[in-house]
Amino acid sequence: MPLFESAQEDRGDAILPGPPHFIGRAETTGPKRMKKRASSRLKESAIHAFFFVNGILAVIVLIGIFGLLLTSAFPAFKEVPIGHFFTSTKWDPTSPVKAEFGILSMIASTLMVTLGALVMAIPIGLGVAAYLSDVAHWRVREIVKPVVEILAAIPSVVLGFLGIVLFGPVIARIFHQSNGLNAVNGSFLLAIMSLPTIISISEDSLNAVPRAHTEASLALGASRWQTLVRVKIPAALSGIIASFMLGMGRAIGETMTVLMATGNARSFPHGLLSSIRTMTANIAIELGEVPYFTTHYYALFAIGLVLFLMTFFVNLIADLILHKYQEREQ
Amino acid sequence: MKIKLAILLGLIIVGLMLAPQATQAQKKMIQVKGSDTLVNLVQILAEEFMNKNPQTPIAVLGGGSGTGISGLINGTCHIADHSREWKQSEISQAWEKGVKPRFFVIGVDGLSIIVNGSNPIEKLTMDQVGAIYRGEIKNWKAVGGADAPISLYGRQSNSGTYVFLQEHVLKNKNYSPDMKEMNGNAQIIESVMQDQAGIGYVGVGYVVDKDTGKVRKGLKVLNISKDAQSEAFSPLEKANIDSGNYPVARALYQATNGKPSGGVADFIRFEVGPEGQKIVEREGFFTIGAAHQENNEKNFK
Repeated sequence: MPLFESAQEDRGDAILPGPPHFIGRAETTGPKRMKKRASSRLKESAIHAFFFVNGILAVIVLIGIFGLLLTSAFPAFKEVPIGHFFTSTKWDPTSPVKAEFGILSMIASTLMVTLGALVMAIPIGLGVAAYLSDVAHWRVREIVKPVVEILAAIPSVVLGFLGIVLFGPVIARIFHQSNGLNAVNGSFLLAIMSLPTIISISEDSLNAVPRAHTEASLALGASRWQTLVRVKIPAALSGIIASFMLGMGRAIGETMTVLMATGNARSFPHGLLSSIRTMTANIAIELGEVPYFTTHYYALFAIGLVLFLMTFFVNLIADLILHKYQEREQ
Repeated sequence: MKIKLAILLGLIIVGLMLAPQATQAQKKMIQVKGSDTLVNLVQILAEEFMNKNPQTPIAVLGGGSGTGISGLINGTCHIADHSREWKQSEISQAWEKGVKPRFFVIGVDGLSIIVNGSNPIEKLTMDQVGAIYRGEIKNWKAVGGADAPISLYGRQSNSGTYVFLQEHVLKNKNYSPDMKEMNGNAQIIESVMQDQAGIGYVGVGYVVDKDTGKVRKGLKVLNISKDAQSEAFSPLEKANIDSGNYPVARALYQATNGKPSGGVADFIRFEVGPEGQKIVEREGFFTIGAAHQENNEKNFK
């Protein structure tokens, strides 16, 4: 059985096509040529400007969102000491006794479901990716890969619903709980959601490992397993780590599934089987009814800011890992 | 690139053509928003009303009492459904914005405390319900049930039912942070039907199966007593609500900005009239008494 299918053969050392030829150049006669040239130059600069605006738009939007988050979050800290905000586990802004604004429980809950999701999704995702790139018959791959990608198209609210009616009761039975609205349920659903990202990108990067690496390893007498684990996976590590990080980003920011499946209790998580409320779910629950420009309103934006910073640091750490790895390579 | 640009352009043009029509349609349409306890009932009332008055389209949305009230204050709806009274802060906010709310009672609800059908408990006192939801009683054993930790289900803080229970049963204390906060009455019912140790609170209109007229299978509605000495009453009987014997009965409101006129007035008149009240009863809630009728009349003028 061949190790590689023909479609992937040239990926590693494909030759880039040459630069496209400009249409105006081949013209011969004088004024016509000049005119053509001028209009073509105009077109060029228009296209250039268009892409410049597009490129800078993303930056402007990012700065705008960050600015809005900062200005809307900042007033919260006038009323709530910033230390209290991060270290108190009590969140009850509509309490008739004393309004409480502490987000430690929510941070812990968010981290718990996200890490739980990664623990489930990483081994499975990497396994599927290795299977698809190295083991599977091309016919199997032709079917499995699109199916995995369709998994990404399932709306999160549908998964949340499955969490309530299907996985919840199963989890309750397995762990002898009276109900299945807990962190495990949320992690499980988030794992399903992040699998397509992890599988798809990991498989692509495994396939992008130059064929010469594999052939050399096999020629030296390594088994296919050794080749996969010691040659291909290390060679594709940057892409694989990127896929984990993207999967993690998806899990941290996901709202609807966790809102539906984890029960949204505000207490600090007692364990994997307790009902929890993530930061995203809390914003979704409360932003709809919060009176504008109150401490509660600003505090919700402050949660959004914390969430933004968390995903930012996930990306930053991913970048640092990749950088270090690439340096070592060279 | 060209094709994508063409598609984008096409979408923009279609959007621009549709936009004015959409806003026009919205202008004519009466927007009702708010209480999740009321949303099904008002939707059915609106359908019946539109059958007779097809020239007045009505759109009904849920989202919770708080959502409806802030919608009325911010001018995003014409009628706000709410299952609790307005807070002082909401009234003053409304006045600041020039919104002068008028209130109409369109039905009465016996707020029902529900448990799983397999739970042996039949009745609780108001104090016990309060202690359970404050998290002071954590095990069913303490109120005469099986030895199992109580699993609390409740609504989210934008819900009128959440606030009503907090004020009238929890005595203005905090809910237990372990309460699972669900997104509506239907979700609480589904969860409690599956959870043998569960307890929840919902509007009485949601516990009765419309086809059989009985409490839904797998669910038990508890009888509630004012205190340990007095008798416990069921919210399922109208007599208990009318006599005031059932301790957690409450009015279900709609609010308008100023005196209602045109289609809005017609619709509310229909709801509080005999036809509307028949539907209220059919949907499992209770009809309004003479005192509420009188108040409604005052607010129409």
